[in-house]
Amino acid sequence: MNEPLIDPLVWLILLPLAWATLAFVLGPGRGGWLAIAGLVAQCWLAFNLAQQVSAGVAVVHAVGGWGAPLGIDLAVDGLSAAMLLLTQTVALPLAIYARSYFKASDPAGAGFWPLTGFLIAGMNALFVSADLFNLYVTLELVGLAAVGLVAAGGGAQQVAAALRYLFATLVGSGAYLLGVALIYGVYGTVSIATLLPLVTNEVPRLVWIASALIVSGLILKTALFPFHFWLPPAHGGAPAPVSALLSALVVKASFYLILRLWLGPLQSVLPAFGWLLALLGAAAIFWGSWQAIRAVKLKRLIAYSTVAQLGYLFLIFPLLAAPAALQAAVMQAFAHGLAKAGMFAAAGVLIKATGQDTVAGLAGAVERLPVTMFAFALSGITLMGLPPSSGFLAKWQIIQAALAQGHWIIVVVVLAGGLLAAVYVFRVLRLGFLSTPENVTFTPVSRVLEWSAFALAAASVLLGLRGVELIQLLGART
Amino acid sequence: MTTGFVFAITGGALFALGAAGIVLIGDLMRRILAFNLMGSGAFLVLVGLAQRYDVADPVPHAMVLTGIVVAVAATALALALVRKLHALTGEIELPDDADE
Repeated sequence: MNEPLIDPLVWLILLPLAWATLAFVLGPGRGGWLAIAGLVAQCWLAFNLAQQVSAGVAVVHAVGGWGAPLGIDLAVDGLSAAMLLLTQTVALPLAIYARSYFKASDPAGAGFWPLTGFLIAGMNALFVSADLFNLYVTLELVGLAAVGLVAAGGGAQQVAAALRYLFATLVGSGAYLLGVALIYGVYGTVSIATLLPLVTNEVPRLVWIASALIVSGLILKTALFPFHFWLPPAHGGAPAPVSALLSALVVKASFYLILRLWLGPLQSVLPAFGWLLALLGAAAIFWGSWQAIRAVKLKRLIAYSTVAQLGYLFLIFPLLAAPAALQAAVMQAFAHGLAKAGMFAAAGVLIKATGQDTVAGLAGAVERLPVTMFAFALSGITLMGLPPSSGFLAKWQIIQAALAQGHWIIVVVVLAGGLLAAVYVFRVLRLGFLSTPENVTFTPVSRVLEWSAFALAAASVLLGLRGVELIQLLGART
Repeated sequence: MTTGFVFAITGGALFALGAAGIVLIGDLMRRILAFNLMGSGAFLVLVGLAQRYDVADPVPHAMVLTGIVVAVAATALALALVRKLHALTGEIELPDDADE
């Protein structure tokens, strides 16, 4: 195989590593431009890769020239290309946002650029790994970088949230590792492609234990109810750009991994857990929405909304026999990723402007910060699932797949979840439309912050009009 | 029952002990130790189960080495965070989540 010099697959991992290291060398708080330039290139690479996959080109790279089963393979199919695309397109506006969010001397932004770079490198590596052990390493890379970002705020609450998150993520990946160890013990390989024909319908009991360990470790990392306890303090307490990165992208990484194993090597084992996961997903939708409706602080509200929105991702597992269910999952990952990044970014602007993080403090925000509140409302439209947003498309596909297979109960959950989302979104909007109390002052906020939040929120709605391309990408068989 | 299998069973027990420690122990230093115990348990399973036909398999050794590096990095991060928490609050236990 002759290697092109610019293999997008490899550069998607190397580029963020390079700019993260350079940013670290440059010193605290520096390297923002470098990151933005790197992310622009990564966006181009991800689009390029998605085009190749859509065209049916098999994209595989044997690291160091050593292929599986001895070496490590990197491979991209429609699902990983879509996730790569999501990661780069959410990270770029957030980088522009973060560059003006953190002032040069802000200690909270000191480690932001290197950690973000390592986080994105880890995520990209995770999406292209085709080897269970390599996936474990990337999972840990993502987890450790994310914990560092949560702790960056520096306050006691943030450090405590980071520690809680660290222990949750370590137990999660520990369980995953033990599962991988058992699978290696049974089959003597961790390469996904090699495992595929080996795991048949008659599997030994050890593989059942391994699958249970892997799934429970990964749902702990995805913060599925009742393992969501670490998410609200971590995502609600971090600085806004960090919350946006974590809520929009990081939790999707472990979800992607469940999906990858479900559709790949463990396809004969995991469907036994389908209804359990859907049940937990439904519980997450109700519990997360209820907590969001009650939340006093704005970022807590958004963090609990993440708990609820992650629930939808798990509703699709009993329906995966139909291709619409996979499309729904990826569409929901995109919808929530873009909308939640936009919403946290908008919340960051509101907090900077009002100087406080309570929902009640938003009175008058529409008058003073129309663009930001519009961004918040647009994100809200996606979360509620109103047409023409991508959130609507995702929920529509879940409903369609559920009805086609006669599972009306899932339809009820999806519709009820949309109504509950409307309650917490309108709670914020209603306050925003009140007139400004006299003793409240709004600090002026940079335009860049407002418009990058708006761009993310608008993208989440507009994606609904371009959903076909995404679905075609998923359907591409290489 | 082969030696490898005995190692694997021991590893499973260590993993369970460590996981229980992380969930149940409040003291953060002991929690970090529990995490290391859990990791060692997983490594022991990885190496032990792979010893089939009494021939050592080098692949899990490479994996365990990688795993140890990850565990050391995670332990260092956890220790740094605990020190920071200790400097800020004077405690080495997690405070209650204030916003709940």
